[in-house]
Amino acid sequence: MTAGTLDRPRQRRSKPWPETWVAAAFVAPAALVILLVVVVPLVRAAWMSLFDIELTSPGVEPFVGLRNYVTQLTSADFWDSVSKALFFTGVTTALELSLGLGLAMLMDQPMRFRWLLRSIVILPWALPTIVNALMWRWIDNGTYGSLNALLAQTGVIHDYVPWLSQDSTAMWMVVLADVWKMTPFCAILILAGLQGIDRELFEAARVDGAGSRQIFRRIIVPLLTPIILVVLVLRTMEAFKVFDIIWIMTGGGPANATQTVAIYAYRTAYQSYDFGQGAALGYLIAIFIMLLAAVYLKLLRRTGA
Amino acid sequence: MTIDRTTISGTDGRAHASRVPARRKPITPGRVARAMFLYAGMVIALVVVVAPFSWLVISSVADKADLLTKPLEWIPAHISFGRFVDLTVGSSADETAQGFRAAIMNSMLIASATTAVGMVVGTLAAYAFARLRFPGRSWMILAFMATTMLPPIALILPLFQIMKALGLTDTPLALIIIYSSFVTPYVVWLMRGYIETIPRELDDAGRVDGCSRLGVLWRVIIPVATPGLLSTALLAFLLAWDEFLYALVITQSNASKTLPVALNDFIGRYGVDFGRLATGGVIAAIPPVLIAFAFQRHIVAGLTAGSVKG
Amino acid sequence: MTNRYGARGGLRIRAGVVLMAAAFAAAGCSGSSATPSAAQPSAAAPASASAAAPASAAAPSAAGEAITLHVLLMKQAAYSDTDVAAMTAAFNVDHPNITIVPEFVAYDALHDKIVTAQAGGGGVYDLILVDTPWPAEMVKAGIITDITDKIPAEFSTGVFDAAWTAAKYNGKIYGVPWINDTKFFFYNEKMLNNAGITAAPKTWDEVEAAAKAVKAKGEVKYPIISSWKQAEAVICEWTQIAAAMGGSEFVDAQGKPLFNQGGGLAALKFMKKLIDEGLVDPASLSSTEDDVNTAMSTGQYAMTLNWTYGLSVMNDPKASKVAGQIKVAPSPGEGSVTTSGVNGGMSLAVTTTSKHPAEALQYALFLASEKSQEMDVANALPMWKASFDNADVTKNNPTLFAAAKIQFSGLVARPVVPYYTKLSNALQAAIQEALLGKKTPEQALNDVAAQLPSFQQ
Repeated sequence: MTAGTLDRPRQRRSKPWPETWVAAAFVAPAALVILLVVVVPLVRAAWMSLFDIELTSPGVEPFVGLRNYVTQLTSADFWDSVSKALFFTGVTTALELSLGLGLAMLMDQPMRFRWLLRSIVILPWALPTIVNALMWRWIDNGTYGSLNALLAQTGVIHDYVPWLSQDSTAMWMVVLADVWKMTPFCAILILAGLQGIDRELFEAARVDGAGSRQIFRRIIVPLLTPIILVVLVLRTMEAFKVFDIIWIMTGGGPANATQTVAIYAYRTAYQSYDFGQGAALGYLIAIFIMLLAAVYLKLLRRTGA
Repeated sequence: MTIDRTTISGTDGRAHASRVPARRKPITPGRVARAMFLYAGMVIALVVVVAPFSWLVISSVADKADLLTKPLEWIPAHISFGRFVDLTVGSSADETAQGFRAAIMNSMLIASATTAVGMVVGTLAAYAFARLRFPGRSWMILAFMATTMLPPIALILPLFQIMKALGLTDTPLALIIIYSSFVTPYVVWLMRGYIETIPRELDDAGRVDGCSRLGVLWRVIIPVATPGLLSTALLAFLLAWDEFLYALVITQSNASKTLPVALNDFIGRYGVDFGRLATGGVIAAIPPVLIAFAFQRHIVAGLTAGSVKG
Repeated sequence: MTNRYGARGGLRIRAGVVLMAAAFAAAGCSGSSATPSAAQPSAAAPASASAAAPASAAAPSAAGEAITLHVLLMKQAAYSDTDVAAMTAAFNVDHPNITIVPEFVAYDALHDKIVTAQAGGGGVYDLILVDTPWPAEMVKAGIITDITDKIPAEFSTGVFDAAWTAAKYNGKIYGVPWINDTKFFFYNEKMLNNAGITAAPKTWDEVEAAAKAVKAKGEVKYPIISSWKQAEAVICEWTQIAAAMGGSEFVDAQGKPLFNQGGGLAALKFMKKLIDEGLVDPASLSSTEDDVNTAMSTGQYAMTLNWTYGLSVMNDPKASKVAGQIKVAPSPGEGSVTTSGVNGGMSLAVTTTSKHPAEALQYALFLASEKSQEMDVANALPMWKASFDNADVTKNNPTLFAAAKIQFSGLVARPVVPYYTKLSNALQAAIQEALLGKKTPEQALNDVAAQLPSFQQ
């Protein structure tokens, strides 16, 4: 059909439709896959969080409104575990992102044996968390750990240090294990993002007299921002919910020094049969993560503008 | 193609001119220093990555007693690959080893299927979120992401009930369904990020050439976004490869046990068979590393393809 | 366009993706179609491979209808998968109609599996393995069944009384004791001899004196290693020492706290003193029982407490630098108490949702019978009094059996209260706070005592 007066109203009527319908068709499969499985448990957990559901009193499940939430929000143990989780999240995401960015830049440089680095670098990430955690438990051991052996043989320390038994060092050892495992994750996702940047921009900038540092600040960082933000949010979510690696390495000890909020939730809810509290804690964790994500977006918008 | 030239308009000629001599630049002290800096960085990165892992490898081939000397002897006195033999081709009477072998196959199936489902539906949605304008665009992607914000502990019981009601407990299908739903939001987010770094003009050019939206995604976006696509696929695969809590609750037998659950079986009530666990860990890390090895050339694909121009 | 972004590379990738997708699809199809039908036989196969009593063969006989029992057990050295398969084969000789489908999980996973399966509506398992502190909670949650009236007479009289405390709540029996264990005192004989000590210490005061002597020799930095990790481990050791120092009652009949006075407080003060004097390695605060075995095996420690299996592990030449030097003795007492031992047993409990409770109990009793228990005494001690007087059984480890016979006569239980997990979690943290010097022992325990009413609600 050719352009003409007939065509115009038709276009006006149908123009917004195709895009919306196309979008619906594109999004629908993902929505189905996500929502079919998750919606029922999400709603059920929200519902459960409003009841006093203790497995040890079957049949007695009174509606308590927001009392489970109030109980937790007024509990010192809860806030203590939240602060541990925030510390873990802050330190690990900062280290993983900055080291990951550096590693990605390195893997992006044309040099020999780059393929080796690019293949080997995922080893820590590929190692199942259970093995990773038990490996670091052994390495950090105060009697026969290889970290102590290395530091003692190189003269850095004189006496073996019980890394996981001191409340001053235990959290840092857990952070080390997590950073070792997840830095490659950040590096590989950022490396992929770097490939999307037009290399000729670098050349052009260089010709215009820009140094490497300026290229990094003016071209790479702004263009990578969307990917870095996504990686940041993903790592924050995972770090705030961290469970397996800490549970296996320290069990939350010594004296709750590494008891993050997910471990606290497991202890108070799952181990103690208190599913109402467990569901409420789950939602509180989700709310904290959303708040963190909102803070990122805000900071980003401010620096971006 | 004209579009991308506009982004670097005016510098094109000079950039082109400067590149040819750049390839044959004479060796200067500055360039040597830069190369040394880069290779030093590579060596450090390799050492940091490999050192803890090599301790795992040592533990997998050593007698436990040889790991307990003080000062520590890094090369154990007795080296034996017996544990690798036991776990891979050992006797079928060893039920833990049998379970481990079944778990590798289950995990391969579950992680591959999860990756396939997640990547297909996730990339489609990501394209829509990145490029199409439609009502609910901004809140819908947040809603997708929000589903992954609850910790597994809060969801595990209802999920178990659903799978039991559907008669799917102890099947790989149950885990494929669960993992797909948790991996998809990640794929949507990441792929949207990668697609957004691709200049929109490319889409328009494709549209002008008569491609449908799907055609643009398939012919234009996916080839350009290959590095992002592969990295995201790796993420999807490893999420399913490493997940523990859901697998623990849903699986009951070798019919569906995954690797992390099988590895957890090496941990007794009071005792960890560390040598065997280390062996299992080394074996479990091999498939993802092979995948990464196969992928790593293609992660460069966008780069090489880009520099071919000219 | 194609020029700039390399259509060739893109096509190659896409071809690969299509191939991979096809492969996934194929794998997915065969996997999912095979699963529902294959699941049952393959799950059952390992269990009854040797037992393989085909239901069809049994059906016509008088043996009764074909029954399948799902049993949740634990991965462990004693009564391993293979041991259980052998026991099941023996069971199937008389009960060919009963197919046993065992599931073995790690200890840490056991509680989670039970809770999820039962909270999710039940009906998954007929028989489950439960740890000593769990019965009270599980009875209240309606997970396990009262079997008080169904215990055969030979079990009531033949099994150590202490073993039953692992399965009792409010005077009723909810499980058949199966794994019997307590913590023994292990010492490096050579190291103690070098310090001029020729006999194992019999009291905790003697332990302290021996540790000082070993430390004075300068052979090791810390003479004692303990499993005081923030987990059940630290509660077990504290309970055992408390029992030696005047009582390990946690709460009285009215639910008032007792752990912050008497034996509980004395034990914690003693533990703290050993740390302060440099006699216990501070690494103990992150050590599990397994870490303690490994640490003792390095030859850098003289004394420790541990479960039965520690003796064979620490004397295994492939796993230990001091194989042959580690000896066992009854756990030290104090004052009028000659010895004490925490109950580390586990029992088999029939679920309330089982459709075949009688058969499940039958199987449990078979697994716990004297004959089954004597199959593997290297890693776990039997709970039958007669076994300890049977020379055939005790011959491979007379000192262990001698120590066990004394200790089993007086095992103490961790409190059997329905809020045990909450109390235990709070106590674990409190004990570590005291050991790290963040609170005094009195303060730490009193703080938990103050929280007690909220646990009891």
